[in-house]
Amino acid sequence: MSAALILEQLLNGVQLGVMLFLTAAGLTLVFGVMGLINLAHGALFMSGAFVCAWVAAQTGNFWVGLAAGTLAAAAVGALVEILVIRRLYDRDHLDQVLATFALILIFSEGALAIFGGRPLWLDPPEILSGAVHLPGGAAYPIYRLAIIIAGLGAAVLLWLLISRTRLGMRIRAGEADREMIGALGVNIAVLYTAVFALGAGLAGFAGAMVGALQSVQVGMGEPVLILAFVVIVIGGIGSIRGAMVGALIVGVADTMGRVLLPMGFAAFMPAADAASVGGALASMLIYVIMAGVLVFRPSGLFPAGG
Amino acid sequence: MREWIVNIALLGALLGAALWADGVDQPYWVNMASRVAILALAGAGLNIAIGHGGMVSFGHAAFFGIGGYCAGIAATHAMNDDPIMTWPLVIEGTTSMPMIWLAAMAVSAGVALGIGALSLRTSGVYFIMITLAFAQMIYYFAISWPAYGGEDGLPIYVRNEFPGLDTYDPLSFFALAFGALLATLALTHVMMRARFGAALTMARLNEVRLATSGIAPYPVKLTGFALSAAITGLAGALLADLNGFIGPNAMSWHMSGELIVLVILGGIGRLCGPIAGAAVFIGMEVIVGGYTARWQLALGVVLLLVVLFARGGIMGALAGKPRHD
Repeated sequence: MSAALILEQLLNGVQLGVMLFLTAAGLTLVFGVMGLINLAHGALFMSGAFVCAWVAAQTGNFWVGLAAGTLAAAAVGALVEILVIRRLYDRDHLDQVLATFALILIFSEGALAIFGGRPLWLDPPEILSGAVHLPGGAAYPIYRLAIIIAGLGAAVLLWLLISRTRLGMRIRAGEADREMIGALGVNIAVLYTAVFALGAGLAGFAGAMVGALQSVQVGMGEPVLILAFVVIVIGGIGSIRGAMVGALIVGVADTMGRVLLPMGFAAFMPAADAASVGGALASMLIYVIMAGVLVFRPSGLFPAGG
Repeated sequence: MREWIVNIALLGALLGAALWADGVDQPYWVNMASRVAILALAGAGLNIAIGHGGMVSFGHAAFFGIGGYCAGIAATHAMNDDPIMTWPLVIEGTTSMPMIWLAAMAVSAGVALGIGALSLRTSGVYFIMITLAFAQMIYYFAISWPAYGGEDGLPIYVRNEFPGLDTYDPLSFFALAFGALLATLALTHVMMRARFGAALTMARLNEVRLATSGIAPYPVKLTGFALSAAITGLAGALLADLNGFIGPNAMSWHMSGELIVLVILGGIGRLCGPIAGAAVFIGMEVIVGGYTARWQLALGVVLLLVVLFARGGIMGALAGKPRHD
């Protein structure tokens, strides 16, 4: 167990956390402003990855693909909001769950019909394809570092957008009092579509970036969606800051748990047993953390509006 | 009155379909009727939580899977003739369905008490996400725990036994599933007319009022949640025996979604809604799935239309609005 390995896994955890933040930010914004639980958020993540992989394969340029994936996810988000989601704002959560579950089915089957069942592959761009040497000697892929930087950059932009711009002011006002900003002359329908598209674009951006790390396939958004739920439950639903903290906690705990727990158990039991016990516990770790947060802070670490 | 006619028609249609399929010697369709009965049973369990208690559990697949694993684990240990545990007390494997059913219900209810105790501290959208997350936790545990097949699942090589019946006979197996469904519906009907049912309904409608009338909502909801999980667990044990297999897929969140879908398609909070929902669900799988492998696309569109425009589901269309009595 070397320091280099720990550092490497820590970076992997932060990278996962940053991607989770980009996905969770949209979920938590949409919930905070519109009071909507959106299961189809993972489908938007998937759309970004698919469009990015397809465009990158057609043009041979990753950056064009990345931009196309992000914009396409935002556009799909806006379209879905106009066609379906806006009918759900004043429904109860059960209707929202069902309608967005239906959207998942439609998106998954639609993607299978358009792109087929075989996964698409997306290569990271040339300039980011090498590795750097970490202190301690381990090689670390530049692309993963780039994801961390891009994700943090997006988080800062999002923060600036929300705290410094007119749109952000309206979003914050929408969180505080929906009816009042309507009465003050803000076009709520347009604002809601914009917020939804913003969240979708962030998820699409995350999907496109992750697409180069793993295969791009139907269903890739669902594990991310569920992790994003855990993130916003830990962070406090509706809180962007909570989403950031929650995402880093989940990303690092999940990644480190998978490495450290089997090793820890190996100290006092046979290696094969340690791998299975440790692995099983590691896959449950983030949910245990979530349960712990709920026991002590039922509305998350950073309750929105509190 | 109209609802009772529809209820009896639904039960009669399911029974009639199984008898007819057996009469014309089509075991495939008898087994399909058994699947409808089992999914309806799982839905009837979930209906207690969602429809009557207002607890939108997005994690009932966990209980469905736990029930299935109870059947699989008991049968595997019985076949290998080694006890499930030897300390602090000896538990042997078994192939007796009644024993397995009891175990499936007890374990599901026990896990539901744990999950519910934490999840019911919250409500609304938190509750949905937390039940989903706990179900995922159990799902990942089943995948990564190699003792009972892990990702590959656990085959049940010999169908478990029921005293006095040949469980391999499709109609006999249907009778078991249908009997469990009837018993559950009867129990639900009686329960919802009893004091507990009234308290559960009030916990859904207005917790503060329930508390003011001297009944703490939390234990009522927790009991309802555990009861709901026990019934879904029983359905899981039956399905594992029907398929001869139980795998982590039975616990996936898609399964949780599908269980909610069939409760809502059928008509939320309606006694026989889950039967209608399960019949339509399996019907779409068989009929639309016969034309295209993309049948879930059609399911998604139908579901979306039902949620947006036809609230009340099939029971709402057939039997009108629920009677408030």
